Amino acid sequence: MAKITFITSANETITLEGTEGSVMALAVENGVRGIDGDCGGVCSCATCHVHVAPDDMDKTGVASEIESDMLELDDNADEYSRLCCQLEISDALDGVVLTVAK
Amino acid sequence: MKKSELPDPFEKARSAKGYGEMNDQNDPVTMLLRHKDVRKSAHNWKTFTSAAIPGRIVVPSEVNIRDTRQIPFEVDPPVHGAYRAIVEPWFKRPLQPDYQKKLASQISAIIDETLEKGVVEVVNDFALPLQSRALTLLLNTPFHESKTWISWGTHVFRSEGEALDGDKANILYDYIDAQIDRAIKNPGEDMYSVLLSSEFEGRKLTKEEVKGVMVLTFAGGRDTVINAVTNAIAYLAEHPESLERLRNEPEITGKTVEEMIRYFSPLTHMGRVVTEDTHVCEHAVKVDSRISLCWASANRDASVFENPNEIVLDRKINPHVGFGFSHHNCLGASHARQLMKILLNTLAGKVASFEIQDYQENIEDLNEFQRKVGYNHINVKFNPLNK
Repeated sequence: MAKITFITSANETITLEGTEGSVMALAVENGVRGIDGDCGGVCSCATCHVHVAPDDMDKTGVASEIESDMLELDDNADEYSRLCCQLEISDALDGVVLTVAK
Repeated sequence: MKKSELPDPFEKARSAKGYGEMNDQNDPVTMLLRHKDVRKSAHNWKTFTSAAIPGRIVVPSEVNIRDTRQIPFEVDPPVHGAYRAIVEPWFKRPLQPDYQKKLASQISAIIDETLEKGVVEVVNDFALPLQSRALTLLLNTPFHESKTWISWGTHVFRSEGEALDGDKANILYDYIDAQIDRAIKNPGEDMYSVLLSSEFEGRKLTKEEVKGVMVLTFAGGRDTVINAVTNAIAYLAEHPESLERLRNEPEITGKTVEEMIRYFSPLTHMGRVVTEDTHVCEHAVKVDSRISLCWASANRDASVFENPNEIVLDRKINPHVGFGFSHHNCLGASHARQLMKILLNTLAGKVASFEIQDYQENIEDLNEFQRKVGYNHINVKFNPLNK
């Protein structure tokens, strides 16, 4: 079980609990604004972009090469950017805070 | 070769030089073939503009058959973003359960009709009506409008086997003009009315702008959806194990749709006009010439996709560009994804197997390359699943 907090662009804070699947799917199921997950999680649409809180980067790790290639062309991206379809929920993610990019 | 296979004609040129050359009505096009170049150039709107004269970024060029600017398609940032923000919520409606329910009932009905008939010519008697009926949901117009659209045939800009056809395009333009006038007189909850009441930079959208969005909606989602649907059925006919897998593991359907869009790449490429002398793949391209972003080639780039010429139903990482890339990515993608997802699920639930009978391939002539995009016609027998 992991508690994951999303901060939307409207400054809403939503904390959700999940046990499996991707962080993107958890966000979409719970209607977190700004996370669309159009492609269903195969890393082709970049509609699940989040900024990980700097202190939580050791929990999430950095973006993979294909993910970085997607993010590289996003004007909003920085070193804390991840596509959350590529974040698998596990105990290791407990407590992470993600700011929705869109 | 399997009947359902779509060969990759770009492989050699993609690895050897990275580009191809095509003459199109004396307005040549340098086709970019590599995944990385396609994505970078799609993103670089300053050097590769979409805001050229209407019709020029389309290949084959439509400059001789239309003056209406398609919106937001033929506009660059930042104005593009303002238009896109207006239309985006409307085009995300397919994510709503109610929309999906209606789409599922349409698709279920057409599959039942087909099973009754047994053999069907998939392009004209399955994919075209399915696409047209589904479009009534996207436009929120009465179902019977689809009859008119079906009567236009598979292409809105060309006649069977011919290049661009101005008379045919006029049928669509006249129809849209009439619909806009109707919506002005009697506003409703359809897309025309919603656009007419939308605010853009502190004013209402003009009739010409509304027309630009509507032409894009009709043209962008016609042969593309028809090819995706037809190719999916041809593929399932030759891969019964895949149909079986979709039956047993419906949770992979979303990934399968993405993979089919990658493999089929229903839109081969899209052009841009060069705004300054520059280079692509060490090849000089001149100001005011054209390049194209070849989605179909990028989607088979072996440096990005393992086994690029195979359909891997549950491909997990799939950064395909079948819906384009960056600012101008496909506006109708949510609708198309839902349509394909529901189609695959419903076929898996109702059809035991398919048999391809006679068919004729639809081959696009890109000068240096010949690309199969689908079929002109294909007769397929649908065998019902006995539960």
